[in-house]
Amino acid sequence: MSATRTKAVLEVRHLTTGFKTDRGVVTAVDDVSFDLYPGETLGVVGESGCGKTVTSKSIMRLLPEHLTIYGPASEVRFEGENLAFASEERMRRVRGDKVAMIFQEPMTSLNPVFTVGWQLDEALRYHTDLDARGRRQRAIEMLRLVEIPEPERRVDEYPHQLSGGMRQRVMIAMALCCEPDVLIADEPTTALDVTIQAQILQLMANLKERLSTAIMLITHDLGVVAQVCDRVLVMYAGRVIESGTVAEIFHAPRHPYTRALLDSIPKSGARAHKKRLPTIPGIVPSLFELPAGCRFQDRCAYKERRCVDAEPGLEGALGGRQVRCHFPLDGGAA
Amino acid sequence: MWSYTARRLLYNVPVYLGIVLLLMAALRINDPAYAHLGKNARPEDLEEIRQKLGLDRPFLEQYWALLRDVFTLNLGVKSWTNEGLSVGRMLSESIKPSLAITVPALVLTSAISICIALVSAFFRGRAADKSLMFLAVLGMSVSFLVYIVFGQYLGAYLLTRETGYGVFAIGGYEPGLANWPYYCLLPVLISTIVAMGYDTRFYRAVMVEESGRDYIVTAKAKGASKRKIMFVHMLKNAMIPIITRIMTTLPFLIMGSLLLEVYFNIPGMGRVLYKAIQEQDFPVVQVFVAIFAALFILSNILTDVLYALVDPRVRLS
Repeated sequence: MSATRTKAVLEVRHLTTGFKTDRGVVTAVDDVSFDLYPGETLGVVGESGCGKTVTSKSIMRLLPEHLTIYGPASEVRFEGENLAFASEERMRRVRGDKVAMIFQEPMTSLNPVFTVGWQLDEALRYHTDLDARGRRQRAIEMLRLVEIPEPERRVDEYPHQLSGGMRQRVMIAMALCCEPDVLIADEPTTALDVTIQAQILQLMANLKERLSTAIMLITHDLGVVAQVCDRVLVMYAGRVIESGTVAEIFHAPRHPYTRALLDSIPKSGARAHKKRLPTIPGIVPSLFELPAGCRFQDRCAYKERRCVDAEPGLEGALGGRQVRCHFPLDGGAA
Repeated sequence: MWSYTARRLLYNVPVYLGIVLLLMAALRINDPAYAHLGKNARPEDLEEIRQKLGLDRPFLEQYWALLRDVFTLNLGVKSWTNEGLSVGRMLSESIKPSLAITVPALVLTSAISICIALVSAFFRGRAADKSLMFLAVLGMSVSFLVYIVFGQYLGAYLLTRETGYGVFAIGGYEPGLANWPYYCLLPVLISTIVAMGYDTRFYRAVMVEESGRDYIVTAKAKGASKRKIMFVHMLKNAMIPIITRIMTTLPFLIMGSLLLEVYFNIPGMGRVLYKAIQEQDFPVVQVFVAIFAALFILSNILTDVLYALVDPRVRLS
């Protein structure tokens, strides 16, 4: 299927992000590569601290400049241009216009002392030539697009007058108002309750169809991935450990970690309730003391001598089925 | 907005009534006439002074009279130590010198401190921030008196001796804008330097807290420049603690800086009240403190109203 695809809108290659800390430089994202195609939704999954958010913020270059080091081979190619080392000036024109982002906490991500309309207006002011009236029209139009009732009234309200779900809709409207090519959504539904979650996901799916935006969806919720993603990237301790289409990942996981993740989703049905829910023992290794071999070795049920001695490489073609394991599973339903 | 302001005003009426009640009770624990005239006073003199001020009348009547005087600003009561001078006259004469020092000092301190705090928060953890904060701590570690004495020595004495021209006065006060730099600039600079250390550190803490908020990242993700983020997004949010800080110093501002007024021999309200307390000048103390309390409450109300203007969340509650 990848052969018939159009050109990728975002090509990430060897993205490596390190932070300066009191205990030396720590690498939070290690040699991550992937492509994002127009109109597709790529899910990035993994536990907390596996590097999902740092990956997304590295692409947007939203990390504190003086504490962040990008590996020299890092490439974040947007329409061919490498943004990993682009000037702040250039990034400012890209952010919000070509690449937009929404965040996990709708309650705190909007500025409490400005109206919704002012905040929508801001992005339009930076990236469009519209006059004040045009921008207001556009802001109302965007609120209508994200299905906020009475947008003419809501546009003059403050964030505290809106519910969490409404605020996340405003965030989406704000991110999409300049029609970006790429939308990065960092756990957009984590802070919302389940019904609102479903509505927001449905909304994002609809908008993706209408605006043919590519979405990079960061989440730890595999249910969300199954619902809206086309392809999946599984991360562990800063590395990509498996990638593939949603069907491949869910029906034939090849990395023991992916398999264990899928096993730990509660299943419905009478028999399932009798068994104890499997969990993955242990925790993600600290980035300060990563083991020499496979980073998952301490928690892996299939650990062998080789796993301790050498870290496995990522096998498989970029954009296709990839796995980082010496002894990949042969698949089979989880 | 108007109903909010009216509500704030109304809530504070009982507070003020209580304060005046306490003030009057405290001033009457020892007989003020006796304290003023001393133990050798003749009974008829005591009686006369009590009658003049109505101290012999029922407490409630006196209470009502003081409230009426303060609210109508009808302050014709005569001072006991300054012959023939009414309290109202003393108030109106001393308020100007006080304000001539404290208002410029407050404006200068706040403006400079907020700017330094923004720069410091912007470079948080880096060399610029660390050296600015070092200077701030250094500045606030030196005593107010040291600044006054050295300021007078360097600014008034040495500068005049070396240049042969009086740039700053060593003390004293003359009204008028033309005289202002000569008499007031030095005390203003000294009080600015003294207050700057504290204020800079406070405002920096506020800015640092705001700079870590989620909405900052959102603004950056929209393509806002660092300047826009600092001066629009951050500053408006930081206005709440900034206003609180400035407003709580307002009443003290009107009362003037006691030390500066005493050392620079400036006839401001702080010095007048200080002298009145020393000399047991009962009518002056009672009216000055009652007015001070009223100003304090008014500035609190003003603070609340400004909050509501800055922060839309306040307006509802």
